[in-house]
Amino acid sequence: MKAFLAFLKKEFYHVWRDPRSLLILIGMPMVQVILFGFAITNEIVDAKIAILDNSKDEVTQEISNKILSSKYFKLYEYLSSKDQIERAFKKGKIKIALVFENDFSQKLNRNENPKVQIIADATDPNTATTLINYISSNILDYQTKYLKNKSGGLEVVSKMEFNPQLKGVYLFVPGTITIILMLISAMMTSISIAREKEKGTMEILLVSPIKPLMVIVGKVVPYISLALINAVTILLLGVFVFGLPIRGSLLVLMLEIILFIITALGLGIFISTKVNTQQDALLISLMGLLLPTIILSGFIYPIESLPEILQYVSHVIPAKWFLIILRDIMIKGTEFGLIIKETLILFGMMMFFLIISIKNYKIRLE
Amino acid sequence: MKSYGKYIVEVENLTKKFGDFVAVDNISFNVKKGEIFGFLGANGAGKTTAMKMLTGLLSPSSGNAIVAGWDVEKNPEKVKLNIGYMSQKFSLYDDLRVSENIRLYAGIYKIPGKEIKIKINTLLEELGMQDLRKKLVGDLPLGWKQKLAFAVAMVHDPPVVFLDEPTSGVDPITRRQFWEMIYKASADGTTLFVTTHYLDEAEYCTRTSIMVDGEIKALDTPENLKQQFEVDNMQDVFVKLARGL
Repeated sequence: MKAFLAFLKKEFYHVWRDPRSLLILIGMPMVQVILFGFAITNEIVDAKIAILDNSKDEVTQEISNKILSSKYFKLYEYLSSKDQIERAFKKGKIKIALVFENDFSQKLNRNENPKVQIIADATDPNTATTLINYISSNILDYQTKYLKNKSGGLEVVSKMEFNPQLKGVYLFVPGTITIILMLISAMMTSISIAREKEKGTMEILLVSPIKPLMVIVGKVVPYISLALINAVTILLLGVFVFGLPIRGSLLVLMLEIILFIITALGLGIFISTKVNTQQDALLISLMGLLLPTIILSGFIYPIESLPEILQYVSHVIPAKWFLIILRDIMIKGTEFGLIIKETLILFGMMMFFLIISIKNYKIRLE
Repeated sequence: MKSYGKYIVEVENLTKKFGDFVAVDNISFNVKKGEIFGFLGANGAGKTTAMKMLTGLLSPSSGNAIVAGWDVEKNPEKVKLNIGYMSQKFSLYDDLRVSENIRLYAGIYKIPGKEIKIKINTLLEELGMQDLRKKLVGDLPLGWKQKLAFAVAMVHDPPVVFLDEPTSGVDPITRRQFWEMIYKASADGTTLFVTTHYLDEAEYCTRTSIMVDGEIKALDTPENLKQQFEVDNMQDVFVKLARGL
């Protein structure tokens, strides 16, 4: 035990004496959350719109007003001819244009199906699709009400459950926690063990009476603490700066976070048993862990939209299960009983990585 | 501590194979208590492999080795407590202070807390490094580092210390000082097992063994070896042996 404490103290010195890495480890999560929160957002606000209204009657006016009153659009200008649309697009002044044909309300009253055209700048296809969908739904909405006044008909009532304002934070806070925890736990642990090998100090430790298991535990304790500090920081930022709710149990949430941290540490130790230099450890962690975590966890790309083969691959990514758990607890307020399956999968992965890495950790050099 | 007879290291038919390659081929020798035992050989002759087996870093393919009274294969934990080891690579932590490095290894070797303080003081005094205790080891010159590493390897007063090419890369003056430390430790009753490829250093050893291609080709005091090969320095002994004359 004394030997372990001496060793643990040294590990904390390593972390503490490297202020640059420490700054990155503590600062990066905050920067990421703030970046994701304020800058990188897929919510569309104030997209510039031009309207070419060839009939200028009360119906087209009403539809235009309805669209312009939302926060999604901002009027660039009312156009007077068709070729102005092309020019406005090329100059990059507008994202979308709306064209009403003439005699709009008369045709509507005569049941003649008047036409409205939506033209979007599809250099950014996602934005274009979102904008078109939004305008179409506004027009449909108007049509439904209009018809209802006359005869009655269908009405669609939609509700955005759990995130009615469609806020991006709901998506990126759990995602950022996942990436940061994976990064700190797995990458830093593997680098830290690889460093002992590279510098030759591992040899001295193996010759000394300290138990190899104690060396591993001593290596991971500082990073468990760092990872926990980061998880709490991101949660606090999410809750107090971006108004993210934590609807489920905070205790369950923290326990799940610890479970994921240990899984990632197991992965880190496993990597370190396979490499001999810090550089290899870094490369393998980045390529082997970070990229799959970002791409295949469902953080950025929905798993359902991945090619089928990648969907299968995503099952073995611990981050995927952790992300489901996080979103369920935080945003849906799911009780523990409903995330037992995901928790067990993660637990199984944790045991797997810990057992194989301890088995692989060489007591003797060979 | 276990009592042992005349020999503190007893090696019998020790062999290490890596696949088809025989790195250490059936070597046998004994080291007396308090001896400075030189272990010479060209690069790749097998001396580091042999030393790694004696320190428990590698397990032998066959044969026995008893170190400080314990079998390296059956009781590696007991062996570990009773040996000091200084590797070829510099083995202290650059980002720890001088005193923190000593404290770390003192802790790992289970020296009681009260004694650690005294230990650090006497150790630094002997090295003449009292003023440097708060300095980061990374900021010390190489010679100082090596001397400190040697002192740290002996922090738990082990009966036998293994030094793997301790003087490679240091300047002649530091090498001299280093050997003075080795002599002092030997005078205090510690057994030192030193590998080197500086042949002049072989002259400083009590007895010297010379390894060629995994086998011990000669083992005696430097004086006797020179007589036996009818030359006047160890360099020539080595060359004669290496050429298979």
